[in-house]
Amino acid sequence: MSIKEATPVVPAARRTPPPSHPSGRHRAWDEVPRWQIYLPLGIYLLFTLIPFYWILLFALRPSGSTSLVPWPMTFDHFDKVWNERSFGTYFQNSVLVGVATLLMTTLVALAGGYALARFDFKIKRAFMLALLCSQFVPGALLLVPLFEIFAELQMINSLGSVILAETVFQLPLSMILLSNFIKNVPYSLEEAAWVDGCNRFTGFRIVVLPLLRPGLIAVGSFAFVHSWNHFLFALMFLNNQDKQTIPVGLNTLMSADSVDLGALAAGGIIAAVPVVIVFAFIQKWLITGFSAGAVKG
Amino acid sequence: MAQAAAVAKPPAPPRRRRASATPRRLPYLLIAPAALLMLGFIAYPVISVFYYSLQNYNPTKPWRNGYAGFDNFVHAFTDDPLFWDTLVFSAKWVFVEVGLQLLFGLALALIVNQTFVGRGLGRAMVFSPWAVSGVLTSAIWVLLYNSQTGMTRYLADMGIGSYGTSWLSDTSTVFPAAIVADLWRGVPFFAILILADLQSVSKDLYEAAEVDGASRIKQFWHITLPHLKDAIILSTLLRAVWEFNNVDLLYTLTGGGPAGETTTLPLYIANTSVDAHNFGYASALTTVAFVILLFCSMVYLRLSKFGGESK
Repeated sequence: MSIKEATPVVPAARRTPPPSHPSGRHRAWDEVPRWQIYLPLGIYLLFTLIPFYWILLFALRPSGSTSLVPWPMTFDHFDKVWNERSFGTYFQNSVLVGVATLLMTTLVALAGGYALARFDFKIKRAFMLALLCSQFVPGALLLVPLFEIFAELQMINSLGSVILAETVFQLPLSMILLSNFIKNVPYSLEEAAWVDGCNRFTGFRIVVLPLLRPGLIAVGSFAFVHSWNHFLFALMFLNNQDKQTIPVGLNTLMSADSVDLGALAAGGIIAAVPVVIVFAFIQKWLITGFSAGAVKG
Repeated sequence: MAQAAAVAKPPAPPRRRRASATPRRLPYLLIAPAALLMLGFIAYPVISVFYYSLQNYNPTKPWRNGYAGFDNFVHAFTDDPLFWDTLVFSAKWVFVEVGLQLLFGLALALIVNQTFVGRGLGRAMVFSPWAVSGVLTSAIWVLLYNSQTGMTRYLADMGIGSYGTSWLSDTSTVFPAAIVADLWRGVPFFAILILADLQSVSKDLYEAAEVDGASRIKQFWHITLPHLKDAIILSTLLRAVWEFNNVDLLYTLTGGGPAGETTTLPLYIANTSVDAHNFGYASALTTVAFVILLFCSMVYLRLSKFGGESK
């Protein structure tokens, strides 16, 4: 057991650069006529972007205007939704739920994922099977018993109920994903750290954790975005207005007798901003994250 | 003799335990938080759903509560046409939605996998609806479908559709309208997963195919598609289950209407329990949904060969 045994490690994210094709030698796969890329992409982008433009338009133009450009621009709708329709409070609650779910999911899934990746233990297969089966248990169908459990725990109307429920339903996939990432880190690296005097925990923290960055980003952002977006748990478990989250607020705006379209649009923009920021940040990690950890063998 | 044998033994056991710092309990300690959470908030609720499905249980009508045997199930299968309608609609919804998402997602992934100017921005924009919630998707499409001020008014100006009624409140247009809204958000999921899998196709294969003079379409059928097969099977099944279960979008976009036209089974269950407080009946319907999903899981497990040593 010496350091020599530690095999040289190639970080998972590093890729061999694609071989360069001397242009003109052959008509390669990547030399598709340009119009065959830009035309379908352009059409699809219209489909993607017009809805975004439409909500922005309604959020920024005055009520009653039918102009197709948001001019004269007004922030009245945002002001109204944030202050009169309590979106300021909803926003705080949603951030709290999102961040707490992110932290809990990542921590619990990291511990479980490490056990699945590094140990053989008796109930491992059964546990994996349970993880997988839980993918088919829909949270929406467990609303009633979950409500009763939280009522029993005196947690109705507390954000804790939503955080717990969101975390539980994020866990299985997060754990599978993280365990795949941990498997990609050679065990010999950790062993080398132990020889150098680390215990298992510090060895993990110093050696493995930095290499898990794409996996942690993928899992963490999933947990945040899901809990930020999810609607039914909050609708069911939180009755007090000052405890509700943004999706519930949006639903309230939508189900009003006469919908205030400007307020709805402004509320929608407020709901979108954090996830759009998260998305812009993780976009490039997402592809590598998935191809390294998700659907492998 | 015994002494000699003992001496002949190597002085120190050569096999130190690889992870000497590891007590045998460690893996159990590590999975304990996850296992406890899942036992308490998934396994226990599932069992209680089975229990309630055999009960009359309605908090607003406590005098009728009690053991009901299979009455709830009998009622669902023989006496509740709405149940059958929701089953048929669920199948239609999942089939059309997943099929179209796969088709467009695959096409999109192949396009943005090419090298072209503006690829990064193109990808980011194409994928962006993925991050948007079901409720927000509803909000956006409510604005687009609004009969007075929506996009559909401009389409009516061009002779597509009619003024007056929103696409969402007309029984003849509500299905395609809801499908399009969910496609908007669902296509990026497939595009992202397939694009991720495309990263691992060996370039050599295409070069060899080039040398043999295979056309791009042939390359797609014989190299790309076989490579993507596993990813497509997995993501399609996961997505089908997800589309079946997810009620956010339909709940807020159409509420299952007009006239129950867009009610999936889970949406019907949610309405039965949230609005009608008929928990016993909702639990029986949930059990039926479980059986359907279990069937899907078995297909899924078979296809993915999951649980064995991966790789």
